[in-house]
Amino acid sequence: MNYHWNWAIFWEPSPEGWGSYADMLMSGLYWTLATSIAAWIMALVLGVIVGVLRTMPYRIPAAFAYAYVELFRNIPLLVQMFLWFFVMPELVPEDFGRWLKQMPNAPFYTAVISLGFFTSARVAEQVRAGVDALPRGQRMAGTALGLTLTQVYRYVLMPMVFRIILPPLTSEFLNCIKNSSVALTIGLMELTARARSMQEFSFQVFEAFTAATLLYVAINLVVTFGMRWLEKSVAVPGYIGSSRT
Amino acid sequence: MSMTNGPETAGPETAAPIGRALEPAKTVAPMIQIEGVSKWYGPIQVLKTCTTRVEKGEVVVVCGPSGSGKSTLIKTVNGLEVFQQGRITVDGIPVGDPKTDLPKLRARVGMVFQHFELFPHLKIIENLRLAQMKVLGRSFEEANAKGLKLLDRVGIKMHADKYPGQLSGGQQQRVAIARALAMDPIAMLFDEPTSALDPEMINEVLDVMVALAKEGMTMMVVTHEMGFARKVANRVVFMDAGEIVEDAPTDTFFGSPRSERAQAFLSKILSH
Repeated sequence: MNYHWNWAIFWEPSPEGWGSYADMLMSGLYWTLATSIAAWIMALVLGVIVGVLRTMPYRIPAAFAYAYVELFRNIPLLVQMFLWFFVMPELVPEDFGRWLKQMPNAPFYTAVISLGFFTSARVAEQVRAGVDALPRGQRMAGTALGLTLTQVYRYVLMPMVFRIILPPLTSEFLNCIKNSSVALTIGLMELTARARSMQEFSFQVFEAFTAATLLYVAINLVVTFGMRWLEKSVAVPGYIGSSRT
Repeated sequence: MSMTNGPETAGPETAAPIGRALEPAKTVAPMIQIEGVSKWYGPIQVLKTCTTRVEKGEVVVVCGPSGSGKSTLIKTVNGLEVFQQGRITVDGIPVGDPKTDLPKLRARVGMVFQHFELFPHLKIIENLRLAQMKVLGRSFEEANAKGLKLLDRVGIKMHADKYPGQLSGGQQQRVAIARALAMDPIAMLFDEPTSALDPEMINEVLDVMVALAKEGMTMMVVTHEMGFARKVANRVVFMDAGEIVEDAPTDTFFGSPRSERAQAFLSKILSH
């Protein structure tokens, strides 16, 4: 292979007119973080609500939650992004559609919304599994003490559910970060998109993607260690599966 | 029945033990009344027109073979299990009535479960405070003081700041009893409270229950502990296949059970 290595490329000015290639990648990193963190917050909020609804003893909310989960997890993320970005503005009233298309940072908002919905369906499944994993008697004990259904969830079930599902939630958070790269297809200049444009401008494909890879690994390691620390700090002493005794 | 109440107009119940003695016997209505209760899981009938009652201050033991519907019956009393036919009242309040404020009623009826069901993420004392504060609206100080007092009573005060997972089964069940008592219940329901315990821990739990019975607590107890039944029960209800087969004063039940099924059951569990 006849490849001209040039690790100093990162300090050369980017053709965009400001900063270096390194700055370009950093801007990509910023958008990757902004997109995945915003989508993750949205996914947590919606996922917890939908997941809890699925376990409620009420038929209609449970059916709604079931439909929600199946809708958002069975359509590929890429297709969902295209639907939100290209199709949705055509379906709404014309003026509103035009406003949507002209909105600054439209790819960012679209990416957050589609990634948020997609991830929330997966979080909802984790929450449902967590509630189902608790002994039925826990719900009964709370109910028998006179707690309302909301109080049973708030004070009895959910504190244990969150502890149980922290490990799978870590994986979902990591997936959320990695999936944000799909947003390059709707024009969001996140980390993968920036690495690609660096490669196109400079022809230094290995350097560009090595940097992107290392940055992704670094973010995900931070998340992994952060979540592991969280797991340890909320572990229940004496509870099976907890690391504290 | 074995209650020896004076005339209902006589004011204080003379026969009721300490704790209840100063309360006037305002009505003759039983604390828990179960009338013709039937329940189905789909096509399967699990309760067949069950009728019984628990008077104020009375201890009623419900026994019978596995799957006879004992646990289901006791769970209908505080509405943890719904029933399709019949009527249950607790202190005169109909449980099956959609207008009844069930959480409010449940707060007044203590329940102890086979598997303790302490909340594992809360310290022992927090387990006792939770419903006192969230349901009864007591202050932290009040709930805490009450919790510690009851923990002391069941001999667990020194473990107040531990988590349930750090206690033995017998200790956990005593905490569960204290948690129910912290709500100042008018009656206590026990659903096989010793069935999940190692043999050496059964007595520490039964001791607490005997003490409670002697203080005059109204109790409905599903259990296989016939020694406990003999010692404190006023009546024994024997169930088989969803039916109440026998409902008799304790001495009569153990001395001369009428039904063949109760005789067979007793000869099996009392043979050793």
